[in-house]
Amino acid sequence: MSALVSVRNLTRIFDVSKPWLNRLIERLPRALLKAVHDVSFEIEEKTIYGLVGESGSGKSTIGKMIVGLLPPTDGSVEVGGVNLFTEADPARVAKTRSDIQMIFQDPYASLNPRWRVRAIIEEPVTVLGGDTGGLAERLLEQVGLSASDAGKYPHEFSGGQRQRICVARALASKPKLLVCDEPTSALDVSVQAQVLNLMSDLQEELGLTYLLISHDLTVVQHMATKVGVLYLGRLVEEAPREDLFTSPKHPYTRMLLEAAPRLDGFGRQVDPPRGEIPDPINPPSGCAFHPRCPLAVDRCKSEPPQMRDIGQTRVACHMA
Amino acid sequence: MAERVLRVADLTVEIPTRHAVLRPVDQVGFDIAAGEVLGVVGESGAGKSMTGNAVIGLLDPPARITGGQITLHGERIDNLPADQMRRIRGNEIGMVFQDPLTSLNPLLTVREQLTETILQHLPVSKAEAEARALAGLEEVGIPAAARRLDAYPHQFSGGMRQRVVIALALCAEPSLIIADEPTTALDVSVQAQIIALLKRLCRERGTAVMLITHDMGVIAEAADRVAVMYAGRLAELGDVRDVLTNPAHPYTAGLMASTPLAAQGHHRLNQIPGTMPRLDAIPDGCAFNPRCPRVADKCRKEPRPRVEEGDRASCWFPLQEAVA
Amino acid sequence: MSAFARAWQSDFAWSFRRSPVAVVSFIVVVVLVGAAVFAPLIAPYDPFDPATLNLMNGFSKPMEPNAFTGETFWLGTDDQGRDVFSTILYGMRISLFVGFSAVLFAMVLGIVLGLVTGYVGGWTETIIMRIADVQLTFPAILVAMLIFGVAKGFTPVHLRDEMAIWVLILAIGLSDWVQFARVVRGATLVEKNKEYTQAAKLIGRRPAAIMFWHILPNVMSPVLVIATISLALAIIAEATLSFLGVGAPPTQPSLGTLIRIGQGFLFSGEWWIILFPAVTLLALALSVNLLGDWLRDALNPRLR
Repeated sequence: MSALVSVRNLTRIFDVSKPWLNRLIERLPRALLKAVHDVSFEIEEKTIYGLVGESGSGKSTIGKMIVGLLPPTDGSVEVGGVNLFTEADPARVAKTRSDIQMIFQDPYASLNPRWRVRAIIEEPVTVLGGDTGGLAERLLEQVGLSASDAGKYPHEFSGGQRQRICVARALASKPKLLVCDEPTSALDVSVQAQVLNLMSDLQEELGLTYLLISHDLTVVQHMATKVGVLYLGRLVEEAPREDLFTSPKHPYTRMLLEAAPRLDGFGRQVDPPRGEIPDPINPPSGCAFHPRCPLAVDRCKSEPPQMRDIGQTRVACHMA
Repeated sequence: MAERVLRVADLTVEIPTRHAVLRPVDQVGFDIAAGEVLGVVGESGAGKSMTGNAVIGLLDPPARITGGQITLHGERIDNLPADQMRRIRGNEIGMVFQDPLTSLNPLLTVREQLTETILQHLPVSKAEAEARALAGLEEVGIPAAARRLDAYPHQFSGGMRQRVVIALALCAEPSLIIADEPTTALDVSVQAQIIALLKRLCRERGTAVMLITHDMGVIAEAADRVAVMYAGRLAELGDVRDVLTNPAHPYTAGLMASTPLAAQGHHRLNQIPGTMPRLDAIPDGCAFNPRCPRVADKCRKEPRPRVEEGDRASCWFPLQEAVA
Repeated sequence: MSAFARAWQSDFAWSFRRSPVAVVSFIVVVVLVGAAVFAPLIAPYDPFDPATLNLMNGFSKPMEPNAFTGETFWLGTDDQGRDVFSTILYGMRISLFVGFSAVLFAMVLGIVLGLVTGYVGGWTETIIMRIADVQLTFPAILVAMLIFGVAKGFTPVHLRDEMAIWVLILAIGLSDWVQFARVVRGATLVEKNKEYTQAAKLIGRRPAAIMFWHILPNVMSPVLVIATISLALAIIAEATLSFLGVGAPPTQPSLGTLIRIGQGFLFSGEWWIILFPAVTLLALALSVNLLGDWLRDALNPRLR
């Protein structure tokens, strides 16, 4: 197996300062938000890589950089050996673009309300000047809708059906990689099951590779082959699914698993996690998790932990 | 059994529209005892929020209650005039919504909002009210509460804001709290904190809680009993452990099986075919019949059996026999 | 169901039928616009053909036979014996033509600038929106007069009367684009962050294509509302300019010009020369405005 996506030392900084005049008058410094901080990982072909994290973890930012919607501040993303932001050959850029597709969280905002379903699904092919005869109808049937739906407008569909249309659009250009950013967070449980099943079926049928970004551990546990855990823009742990969920190494991962509601958690007395996610503009020194960490020692406050390999797990913690 | 705080019987809410009269809540009945958490769970469109809004008298017109009764401590509250209902909302019923910013006034400090609410509802002096406000903030676990009293809502993080809302809902010492998706907008770790907080306060003070959510996991962790809603109707009502581990209604069973947690390594998730019917197209008989694996002729024609005392599921062919 | 029946059943048509104000305004607008468009067919006289004018008919009272010629004019005549009813029909043509063209011009300009500033942002946005802000601090009519004056200065003298209408359209249009630009920019800022725009960007669509094909159709409903209300304002602006004598020339009188002519006779008792054009202007502006108000409510999803 080879890596389809390789992310190396990826960093993204956002300038969230006030306008310069305000800064001058109020004597404020520039405010820089390090949304993603030196993240490296690889996604093997035909696997599902799950990226989990809470708000401010930078998981969506990483997704946007991988699909090429956002340029990295530092580091690189290569999909099939091509870096979309530095590749000089326009033909290779176009080819790589059609290899990457994305499924978004909000099925109500991700379809243009003024377009018919056929035009929406065919757009990725139309823009490349490809042949679209019967394409929308074929894809609609593939995702479990009917061919006659092609002539309708998005508002005629429910949330789950819209997400199927999004999947159909994503498949139109015959991509290799699908980046799914919270694909089922806006859906009800029973509809989520339908969409997740569809995604599994398509992955097997078409040999797709998924990057599954989610805050929902249960979804990632069900779908992913390998899981990366993000905290404040840093990758703190990465492991094959079984290892991560049975023997988490990083204290943050353990905290997350412990805090997630369980279906058999009747009357469970959890010790709720301490503290809150810190302000990402002024992250804690050393290991960003140390103020909330039950294992923290002095070293954690000063020295940022490096990624280490423990068995199949990579973990960034001094105490693991 | 402890004192029954809230009793809802045969509650029906209707929305007259141009084409038809929609019924987002259809003959729903349940009660909540002091110190008990009743989870109300259902997918979008099931009518769970509408039920909560009906109880607190905050239905958006043209929606209105057209049948049934809501009683609080034995007194009817569904037919009260607006100003009396407003007093009850602060005094007797506290509210916590999904978005904490909708319940907080952005222009007032937390101290002003808390003391004002306390003074409005309790016969105490200003100094006493301020002391209670501080105690309230400390009770919901806000660090350095004395210092944060003078902060404005936007200066708090999402989780802290929800704590302030809970303090605000509790400060007039209500006997019932209605929490509508209180943790949906929060991160997993903060959600666990808020749930633990709600459970603790409810136990310590003997407050009845109606916890409305779509998240089965939250229900399992927080609720004592659970009401499962489908298409505006009560599908199943019972002890949370019974309902979640041995569901009686095929819909509850389907819902439980479709959560990724229940798959336990199976490759595919169990899925319920189809979708929840729209309010203008609720099928005859049992509303779930087109999607039900156990459907029979009876389900399509006869009106569904209702959840009565002792009967757990609104189903002609329940998966479990009723536990008397 | 036929397309018409479907449209008739739609929520939009329903809310229209339920609003008496909207129905009455709509009827008034249709009648007035129809009368203006078909003026040559309806008008009993051609007020601009000197051959048909008879000075003896001057100052005929409405509905009374003229003392000299015995002819009867519905709404009377002016000092030169022109039939007031006919001049109103022709005047309304000019007023409506200027109004529609000015709004169309303002709309196109405002949409383009609004889309660009909203989507591109940066310095382009800062510069264009500052200009818009500055322009908003002056009353629109003042801006229009300024532009009218400058533009007229650049027009060769012998073309001035001919060009007056076009200069008027330019002036009113330029004084009105800001509203469109601001609304379109605001809506664009919302739409460009929606995921369907991201999906289009992802497949390598160019910014111009995204703005035109994806965003524009989704920002049109507020634009239509503003266009309707702007139309009423543009008609009034044109009338004001013409009334002040800096608008439509006497050879092509608009409603405003007619009012200006008429006010000279107000105190000598010839009230009909000013009253009827003024009432027409009022009815036109008011009904267009009320229609715009209804449209705004009907298209606002929050008020549904």
